[in-house]
Amino acid sequence: MSDATTRAVGDAAAPSTHTAGHGDRGITMPYEPVFVGARRAELDELLTRYPTKMAALLPALWIVQEERGWVSPEAMAEVAQLLSLTPAYVKGVVTFYTMYHQHPVGRHFVQVCTTTPCNVCGAEDVVKAFLQHTKCGELGVTSADGRFTVIEVECLGACGFATPVMINDRFVEGVTPETVPQILAELP
Amino acid sequence: MGFPHKSHERETPVLSRHFGEPEARTLEGWRARGGYKALEQALTMDPVAIQNLVKESGLRGRGGAGFPTGVKWSFMKPGDGKPHYLCVNADESEPGTFKDREIMRWTPHALIEGAAIAAHAIAAETTYVYIRGEFTEPLEQMRAAVKEAYAAGVVGPNAMGSGRRLDVHVHKGAGAYICGEETALMNSLEGRRGNPRIKPPFPAVAGLFGKPTTINNVETLAAVPHILNNGADWYKGFGRSDNPKSTGTKLYSVCGNVRFPGNYEVPMGFPFKDFLHDLCGGPPKGRSFKAVIPGGSSVPIMTMDEAEGALMDYEGFVAAGSMLGSGGVILFDDQQSMVRQIARLARFYAHESCAQCTQCREGTAWTTKILERIRDGEGTPADLDTLMDLAENMTGKTICVLSDSCATPVVSGINKFRHEFEALIKPSRSTVAAASPAAALA
Repeated sequence: MSDATTRAVGDAAAPSTHTAGHGDRGITMPYEPVFVGARRAELDELLTRYPTKMAALLPALWIVQEERGWVSPEAMAEVAQLLSLTPAYVKGVVTFYTMYHQHPVGRHFVQVCTTTPCNVCGAEDVVKAFLQHTKCGELGVTSADGRFTVIEVECLGACGFATPVMINDRFVEGVTPETVPQILAELP
Repeated sequence: MGFPHKSHERETPVLSRHFGEPEARTLEGWRARGGYKALEQALTMDPVAIQNLVKESGLRGRGGAGFPTGVKWSFMKPGDGKPHYLCVNADESEPGTFKDREIMRWTPHALIEGAAIAAHAIAAETTYVYIRGEFTEPLEQMRAAVKEAYAAGVVGPNAMGSGRRLDVHVHKGAGAYICGEETALMNSLEGRRGNPRIKPPFPAVAGLFGKPTTINNVETLAAVPHILNNGADWYKGFGRSDNPKSTGTKLYSVCGNVRFPGNYEVPMGFPFKDFLHDLCGGPPKGRSFKAVIPGGSSVPIMTMDEAEGALMDYEGFVAAGSMLGSGGVILFDDQQSMVRQIARLARFYAHESCAQCTQCREGTAWTTKILERIRDGEGTPADLDTLMDLAENMTGKTICVLSDSCATPVVSGINKFRHEFEALIKPSRSTVAAASPAAALA
């Protein structure tokens, strides 16, 4: 989406560089701004909904995460500049909310609800099954093939459908340890 | 209806009548089911007349606090020259509660209609529907319904040809239980961390963007069109004749160790025993109920003796030692360890504390540590007193009630299931020895 034409529209974020991620220290590459073309238009429309620019912060961060899969420090800086905030302020907001990823995660981000109502229905065994079958081994750790990250999540608000599991944006209800392999097999 | 199960004959489906019908999600389908008649009527009415009608109906907030809705609206003064805002609290995150989710999934136009009527009644031009980020399907349904409502001119610059501007925007949260607290929700909408605000000023005076604001729960607003269509007396007809303070129908989300989990709608004052055994099918086969939390995880745990004598309304649950709360009914069967589950609840609150207030930040964390230590068989006889002491310091001393909500199941759990805690705590030589010098000093 970042061809030469659309990039020219994204005038807000100054050209910058960033390190490519953990373990790639020293290798720098230019930062491609998120808010160009259609994404910029989306943000402009969002800004008409609120009397302050700051109110568009959560929606803007959602756009970043949809585009990039996570919210990098560079993206926070870009959002800060567009909304006339400081990068530190944006980071303060990002760190408050559990759904913004501050690091890249697996292609399938698996969130298993283990709060009380699901817990009494055996949610902890569902977590174990996911950790085993995805070969993640540990909560929050991305599998070696980059496909999966599994975390426990607090109440997903679908307690009558225990155990609900969120895989990226999709809800899977009534998951049991026995159905986990089938659910995983259907994922790309 | 007892979605995802068939409606039980003893239910009174008003809000849940069209759950499970995909056609009800569209504007056309909603209109075919009598939708938007109430809004059309409301737009011809004086805002104060709507406030009075809702006051008269006895409708109270369904999010947990139970504040009379019409009275809340009457705090908003039309014509004060300021922009007014309506926030719809769709941040449903109270463990055990999943009713607003089904309202938005199946009948998104019911919420839009109720919100538009409320916006007119409080002279607000703009409504924000704050939906928790995890609710991807309700978000999708609500966004589609709002788009349709705009395209048809039901909402927008000239809502239903009334000349009134009623804007509705869906705002996606990003994962924080605390944003269901109304002042935290406003902070979050403004693009801030979701820290609750000190009250006063109350939202009706200085709320969202510093302007007069009303925050209503999804279920509360979904009930409003029915009150306009059928009148206050009709709504008051649902309830016990000896308790005029609780009126209408209520959606209950039933979950945990129960045969038929799901959403059930019954009139106020319904006998809880019949509800649990008849409608919800009782405990899973071969088990028996041990305890129940009737109104979301923040209300006191009930023993089955207490629960089976309770009547399901605001006053009925209080009389039986708990609260109606949000209507999230969590059941525990005889296989469950109450210590384990109360520790898990405490962990939830420790995770969700915004950490502004010391009593909450420290209290929820230490409560969890101590409870998990007891769960793991490493508790000391002094731990239960420490927990009660902590709970006292966590109650009524913070900006919002998250801290109180953590203390509530701990205190009620220890009081009602003390034997389970004590069974896990073995008096060791060191603790006995430690106790005697302390006693000597006292």
